[in-house]
Amino acid sequence: MSSGALLSATGVTRRFGGIIAVDGVDLHVREGEFLSVIGPNGAGKTTLFNLISGQDRMDEGRVMLEGRDITNLSPRRMAEAGVARTFQHGRVFGNLSVMDNVLIGCHTRLRAARPRVPVVAPVLEILRALIRPASVRAEEAAMREEVRAIVATFGERLTPRLDEPTYALSYANRRRVEIARALALHPRILILDEPTAGMNESETVEMRDIVDALKRQGRTILLIEHKLDMVMRLSDRVMAMDNGRVIAEGTPAAVRDDPKVIEAYLGHATIGGGEPAEASLMPGTSRAAGGVQ
Amino acid sequence: MGSILSLPWFDFTVSGVVIGSIYALMAVGLALIFGVANLINFAHGAVFTVGAYVGWVCAVALGLPLWATVPLVALGGGLVGAGIEYIAIRPLNRQSRIAPLLATIGVGLILDQIVHILFGANPRALPVPMPGWRVSVGQGSIGPIDITIFVTAVIAAAALYAFLFRTRLGMAVRATAQDEDAAKQMGVNIHAVNMAVFAIAGALGAIAGLLVGIYYNAIDPNTSFQIMLKGMVAIVIGGMANVPGAIGGGVILGLIESYGIALFGASYRNLFAFAVLLLMLLVKPNGLFAKGREREAEPMTGTFVIQSMPVRPPGWLLALGVAAAALVPLAGQPYLTQVMTNAFLYALAAISLTLIAGTVGLVSIGHAALLAIGAYASALLTIAGLPVALGLVAAAAITALLGTALAYPAFRLRGHYVAIGTLAIGEIVSLVILNWTSLTNGSMGVFGIPPLTLFGVDFFSTNPSYWLVLGLVVVFALLQTRLLSSHLGRTWRAIREDTVAAETYGVGSNYYKGLAYGFAGFTAGLAGAVTAHQFSYINFDTFNLLTSVLILTIVILGGLGNVTGAIVAAVLVAGLPEMFRVLAEYRMLFYGAALLLLIRFRPRGLLGSG
Ligand SMILES: Nc1ncnc2c1ncn2[C@@H]1O[C@H](COP(=O)(O)OP(=O)(O)O)[C@@H](O)[C@H]1O
Ligand SMILES: [Mg+2]
Repeated sequence: MSSGALLSATGVTRRFGGIIAVDGVDLHVREGEFLSVIGPNGAGKTTLFNLISGQDRMDEGRVMLEGRDITNLSPRRMAEAGVARTFQHGRVFGNLSVMDNVLIGCHTRLRAARPRVPVVAPVLEILRALIRPASVRAEEAAMREEVRAIVATFGERLTPRLDEPTYALSYANRRRVEIARALALHPRILILDEPTAGMNESETVEMRDIVDALKRQGRTILLIEHKLDMVMRLSDRVMAMDNGRVIAEGTPAAVRDDPKVIEAYLGHATIGGGEPAEASLMPGTSRAAGGVQ
Repeated sequence: MGSILSLPWFDFTVSGVVIGSIYALMAVGLALIFGVANLINFAHGAVFTVGAYVGWVCAVALGLPLWATVPLVALGGGLVGAGIEYIAIRPLNRQSRIAPLLATIGVGLILDQIVHILFGANPRALPVPMPGWRVSVGQGSIGPIDITIFVTAVIAAAALYAFLFRTRLGMAVRATAQDEDAAKQMGVNIHAVNMAVFAIAGALGAIAGLLVGIYYNAIDPNTSFQIMLKGMVAIVIGGMANVPGAIGGGVILGLIESYGIALFGASYRNLFAFAVLLLMLLVKPNGLFAKGREREAEPMTGTFVIQSMPVRPPGWLLALGVAAAALVPLAGQPYLTQVMTNAFLYALAAISLTLIAGTVGLVSIGHAALLAIGAYASALLTIAGLPVALGLVAAAAITALLGTALAYPAFRLRGHYVAIGTLAIGEIVSLVILNWTSLTNGSMGVFGIPPLTLFGVDFFSTNPSYWLVLGLVVVFALLQTRLLSSHLGRTWRAIREDTVAAETYGVGSNYYKGLAYGFAGFTAGLAGAVTAHQFSYINFDTFNLLTSVLILTIVILGGLGNVTGAIVAAVLVAGLPEMFRVLAEYRMLFYGAALLLLIRFRPRGLLGSG
């Protein structure tokens, strides 16, 4: 079953006290596939993605990436393994420029600036940052060039603002920065947690086009999304969750029409738009604050 | 074995419980404030001192009996507490998490200085007539003082419970501590709640001050900080906002200290408290009484560094500034040159702290420890025969290594806990220096440190010494600026902004915090070492908590993370007061007021945070 899968998670379980937030979930993504996970608020989607990307540790289960066991690796090791993610409430570095934000995405690929020698590496890293030999300068220049290229894929949205701090950007632009930062990692798999959360209709359409473009580049993408419209258009496959379990899986149309899915959404009465309820539960992450205070 | 068993354990237990109940009184106030206002009140120790002196006025100057003194002390403490809330906390309107904490440090300094001005800097006796009987229990005994203190503490705690559970305001306090937003929606007046909590905490803290005075038959205007730290350790043991936990934490701390002194001696008293504190922060940061794994809070993004664009003075202006500074000795005023030398030493220290606190976001209240390590390292090495030039470099390198290793446990901590942790580490360093007599000469200090002679050239007379320090400031400012423009600069700032997101993109935050500490430790160690050679004498108190607070004030004034700002601010804060007699005399008042006003009116500093 998992043969040919780029990423395969099996039996993933996470308990919070009495709540089983994720309950024995299996998830397999093939190279180049676009898999969406839908489900009402509190279904366990974010928790599942946190487990897969190392933000949280699972109680049971296993995750393999390209045949390598990456279960419960630290977020840092996950990044090194090629897992990049964005955050539901947006987590750009507010006081850093767009350029620096995206350059952080390049961090795992720095070679010249980050010597890998044992013991003396810290001293070497400081000395190289001070002296800046040609190799370091060339690497930095190349990364900056690449950042410009990535940012340019968002049209004229970000390019003129490369040197502005991201706290000064619009909410939609901050989410673009987050995606650019993820792309700069050269991820094997890209995990997007509700990229349109808190966006208005036109912004949502724009974000859909961005994600669509990523898909057409042949990237492997895992998406959490509330807005079914986007999910239906983009996904190769859809997985629906409720109460921590997978309740349906298959083509977008099949999952949409599955009675269990309809019931789950109706039961929570938040089909397609759970955002306001969730936002009010999280003071300080409202749209105006944008999660960057 | 026999000798340990034969110690008077009963007496140690009694004194542990009695002292512990005083710590508990302090801790309850801190816990209440932490619960409602989400801050550690560093002025709480000053309230304790105020209480002791109000008690002295009532009991000694006015000759009132104890039953009349206690309520008056509570009233005085309550008023001071409410005043703190009104002056320091309310205007800040929660602009950032760490700002009110720093504001309370400022108020604490001001209150302490006022007590000094009114009552002098020396301890006073506080004789309270007590009957002479003692009840013997087994091998030990209990006296009326023990009982008085314990009973007063219990009555105060009972009164607090009656307030919290029997009055409307008390319920509002509990509701606010549970969920401030919900409480607000239910119409709770948050300002009133805050003020009530500060007043109650003030009353309890003041009573604690009186009780300690009675217990030791003496009051001392210089103990504010130590006692505040004890209360803080108690709430860390008890679980920060947990009021019953604070009582338990206070008693546990009292017992640990009492038994520890019994086994190791009195000079280790404070060491236990800080060791317990560090251990708790590392092993059980939610307190002894917490149940299970708590939900992780949202990240404290941008804990203090406010969104602002730093001012970038043009290169020619900076060059002009350096040139002007280099000409200072030509004014022919040796005193001015000495003052400026001292100011630039602070600048060197501030450059290093602005990297840690500003760029990386680890707001440290223990930075003086790095200076102390550098000073002792260079002093001891050169006295042992190493040339001064080598001593300075070795001291800087030792400080880089040792400082990073000591701070490492604090890297895991966030927000307030960083401040508490670095404070504890700083105090531990100073206590180790005090107690490791064979290496450091203990409380006697180190004499006869060789003067600054580098490669046979005199750098100890006024002018060369000034130029040397100025040169170091310029060199390290340039080096640090260069680092900030490299990948290290953005990586450090990313860690400060959102450690979780940085880790998610492969940044090993502990490693990079270590790099920052290493570089800052080198700079700070050098500053401490140069100071040691200039003073020719240092002791464990040469670089104390006030030094740490002063450096932090400089860093905030300059703009967190701003290198140029740190230098300018050092001249203003460490240089200016010395040129005006009045300011120098009331130094603490000046520093306290400067800190308070800064945080209130210009939290981004003069030149903006970077
Ligand atoms: N850190 C945590 N501690 C306790 N419970 C949590 C935690 N994170 C998530 N939960 C709970 O797990 C469930 C799933 O949450 P989540 O994964 O955020 O859902 P979704 O992203 O699908 O809306 C919810 O009931 C939520 O309250
Ligand atoms: Mg979610």
